[in-house]
Amino acid sequence: MTPLQTLPDWTATAPAIVLALTGLLLLVIDTIDPDTSNNGLLAGTATLGSLAAGGIAGWFLIAGTGMEKTGGAISLYGDALVVDGMSLFFTLIFTSVAAMVSVASFDYLADRRYQGEFYSLVIFAATGMTLMSMSNSLATVFVSLELASLPSYALVAFLKKNRGSVEAGLKYFLIGAVSSAVFAFGISLVYAVTGSLVLPDVAANLTGADGLVGVLGLGVLMIAGGFAFKTASVPFHFWAPEAYEGAPAPVSAFLSSASKAAGFAVAFRVFTVAFPLDTITALGGGSVDWSILFAVLAVVTMTLGNFAAATQENVKRMLAYSSIGHAGYALIGLAAITVDGGAANGDVLGASMAHLLVYGFMNTGAFLFIAMAEKWGIGRTFEDYNGLATKVPIAATAMTIFMFSLAGLPPFGGFVSKYALFYSAIESGFWWLAAVGAVNSALSLFYYSRVVKAMWIEEPSKPLEIGSQPVGLYVAVIFAAVGTVLLLPGFQPVIETAQTVAAALF
Amino acid sequence: MIIEALIAVTFLAALVTFVLPDRIAGKAAFALSLVPVLGSLVMWQQYDASGNALLGGNIAFETDVVWLQLGQYDLHWMVGVDGISLPLVVLTTILTTLAILSSWTPISERESQFYGLMLLMEANLLGVFTALDFFVWFVFWEAVLVPMYFLIGVWGGPRRKYAAIKFFVYTNIASLVMFIGFISLVFGLGDSISSLRLPEIAQALQAGQLSGFAGLSASALASVAFIAMFLGFAVKVPVVPFHTWLPDAHVEAPTPASVMLAGVLLKMGTYALLRFNFTMLPETARSFALPIALIAVASVIYGALLALAQQDLKRIVAYSSVSSMGYVILGLIAYTTYGVGGATFQMVAHGLISGLMFMAVGVIYNTTHTRMVTDMSGMADKMPVTAGIFVAGAFGYMGLPLMAGFAAEFFIFKGSFESTVMAAMPLFTGAAMFGIVIVAGYLLFAMQRTLFGPFEFDGDYEITEAPFHDVAPLAVLLLLTIVLGVQPDIFFTMIQEAVNPILELGGAF
Repeated sequence: MTPLQTLPDWTATAPAIVLALTGLLLLVIDTIDPDTSNNGLLAGTATLGSLAAGGIAGWFLIAGTGMEKTGGAISLYGDALVVDGMSLFFTLIFTSVAAMVSVASFDYLADRRYQGEFYSLVIFAATGMTLMSMSNSLATVFVSLELASLPSYALVAFLKKNRGSVEAGLKYFLIGAVSSAVFAFGISLVYAVTGSLVLPDVAANLTGADGLVGVLGLGVLMIAGGFAFKTASVPFHFWAPEAYEGAPAPVSAFLSSASKAAGFAVAFRVFTVAFPLDTITALGGGSVDWSILFAVLAVVTMTLGNFAAATQENVKRMLAYSSIGHAGYALIGLAAITVDGGAANGDVLGASMAHLLVYGFMNTGAFLFIAMAEKWGIGRTFEDYNGLATKVPIAATAMTIFMFSLAGLPPFGGFVSKYALFYSAIESGFWWLAAVGAVNSALSLFYYSRVVKAMWIEEPSKPLEIGSQPVGLYVAVIFAAVGTVLLLPGFQPVIETAQTVAAALF
Repeated sequence: MIIEALIAVTFLAALVTFVLPDRIAGKAAFALSLVPVLGSLVMWQQYDASGNALLGGNIAFETDVVWLQLGQYDLHWMVGVDGISLPLVVLTTILTTLAILSSWTPISERESQFYGLMLLMEANLLGVFTALDFFVWFVFWEAVLVPMYFLIGVWGGPRRKYAAIKFFVYTNIASLVMFIGFISLVFGLGDSISSLRLPEIAQALQAGQLSGFAGLSASALASVAFIAMFLGFAVKVPVVPFHTWLPDAHVEAPTPASVMLAGVLLKMGTYALLRFNFTMLPETARSFALPIALIAVASVIYGALLALAQQDLKRIVAYSSVSSMGYVILGLIAYTTYGVGGATFQMVAHGLISGLMFMAVGVIYNTTHTRMVTDMSGMADKMPVTAGIFVAGAFGYMGLPLMAGFAAEFFIFKGSFESTVMAAMPLFTGAAMFGIVIVAGYLLFAMQRTLFGPFEFDGDYEITEAPFHDVAPLAVLLLLTIVLGVQPDIFFTMIQEAVNPILELGGAF
């Protein structure tokens, strides 16, 4: 018997509570001492808060809170929230990314104003993401999605004097608003058909939808659209390159890693719990087979992301498109779910979750390296990175690790997580999806290796001047690099946990 | 545990070297690289394996733990050595140390990164030769490419970027083809295996567990997999007609990288051919005896002829590697104890001798800053020691008795004459032997023009004898070549023990 069982149920939401309190604390600190240019206290508080929340989530995962061995998922507030292995797993992703971003921002924001706002917005967005992964009702899904999104809009436009940043923020906001509206409309349609917002009840009432399959299908499609926005998948991906390029690099890291994972967390839960494939494809009036939809989206997303990334001259924009490509890989988790999949369904969904965790490290690290480059003021294109390795070998090594890992080259975490993902897809019978993924992955080496080649092999076109050695950024980047490497030998516990908690959804 | 320790220590040495200041990096890397040398010698001394690691033999220093449980096939961390891999492990550690020593003179920029990458490559090479799980093996196999790509691309000659990318693309595509071939075998084996451990797969194949897959019958699948894997490894070896990346890579690579490339990286290809193609699918290999023997002889003769046509000393040695690797293929396809054993022995012998030749060319280049045969003559007057070792090494290449090259080639010819895989084998052997004549021709010609005759040199550099730390690795390699030539049993006994089980394999389907 674990001591947790003697605690009241609501304590299971501790990670979200810790994050929310941290956000409030940051505001208090900022109220007491506004306009501080020394942001060590703020950055430290945000980092510690994220780490504490992540530590609690990790402890819960090990203790088995909300998982089968301690009596199954913990349902709270009239089923509006649920704490289970999956929500804890995703919380771990959000908090580790938030911690890295907070540490890195210590240098990135040095001598800028509104630092208290920045950190509290990051932490509130992380709170929203954590709630997204716990949401068990379409209403809480919508509310927590907005809680995660609204701070994100402000964060993208954080550099108020920078036209690119403001433009990106506006674009992101407008597209976000439209997709929220579409999403809300989809929810209303589903509610109209099933008469419930709570995910398991939606599933239970699906059979009564025989005459309204068309309405239900439209609702499901619109909800899928909302997720496509949040995860930067086709067809709602076009905000991503603008937003990621225009935003301050730590924010791009945060959005492209954590925010994307949050979109997947909620998509995984909504589609597997509210619209179980075996029920929804066997309705009297027809079938709503969303796995085909996601299979098509996965193929288009990864291919489009890859080809667009290959044509970029700007490294940050290349990473933005690569992030779209990776959304395509993660979509395989939903696409390869089959009616009679059994254990294979949990395996492929878990593999997708494990890939998102590894991706959280390597992608965050890559964007934080960009943040470092922006701090040094060396420019944005591949050519500007020429010869960087001679000046900053350690940071360049870390970036090399991120690039090769994103490409799925063997000695790093990205290789084994892609292998697990493609392998599970083959096991589910979707060998063609795995083949498209593998080919895309091989092609991606082209543009990732351009960064490596520029840093190590090319001669600098103009003399490189590296001013400061930002400690916080270095800490975050090295942490991400070590994580990316260690996830290769240490992948077994990750994939095992991910597949166990994913299996609990079916 | 000694294998894990060996790999871990080498990785750590790479990391340490990487952050050291440039001025001590070379000496530190040399000192650190002595640890794996010592470790591999301890392994050789305490070696207690028997038989072939893949065919139920007793594996030395074996570790086998589950690494990843993923669906149907578990991935294991399985490492160990047998008589085929141990000599290559020893070769890797010794050659890396000597290559590091030979880098002191030519490498003068970004030194800590250079030596760090050399050690990183050594760690991955050790992994390739000791891994007995396909997944682990593949991780190391691919990981070797990355440091080599940088070594060529950063410290190479004028066309280094082109050469580096050509090397990377060729070998990466080859890996993909090989991977597809191997994985199709795994799918063909279906439920009869529970992991990707190479021994398990080899034994399942031997037990006839291969069934058809994707519309192919079992034997057709075996043929397809064999061809895909052969093509993949053939690029790495390389054999004619997949050799075009090699001269570019060699000519542009800095000398120490050339030493590693010719000495060890090419052996990855032949080692993998022996482990995968010739051990796992012996029956299929026998059925392809004619094309494989043709490729082998073509590599021997065409490689030698190409070498004959070169003016650049390094290109001469590079093309002669293609020729020497042809002998290895010929020995492998012979399927006799001397053929396959000799081929394995040739991997080590050629590793030492080609390392010696590339280093000798490098030492001359350090002083003259040219490698063109036409640019110099009579170097022996000014650099007597280097020239002496160069000549001795070249004779080793030609197969002078009492040197390792002679033993290896003698074993291979003996084995392939006795071969029964097809009636025409003696004919192919005779044709391949003709290659030795050409080798003698171009090496003697090149030496006569550069080393002997009246001293002539147009450059502005003063020609003096090379420093001790340049000549020492040459002398060590020469010594090792002679020791192995006089006493091949240092390795040949264990090689034969590991090779013999392969020859006893019958056809399973």
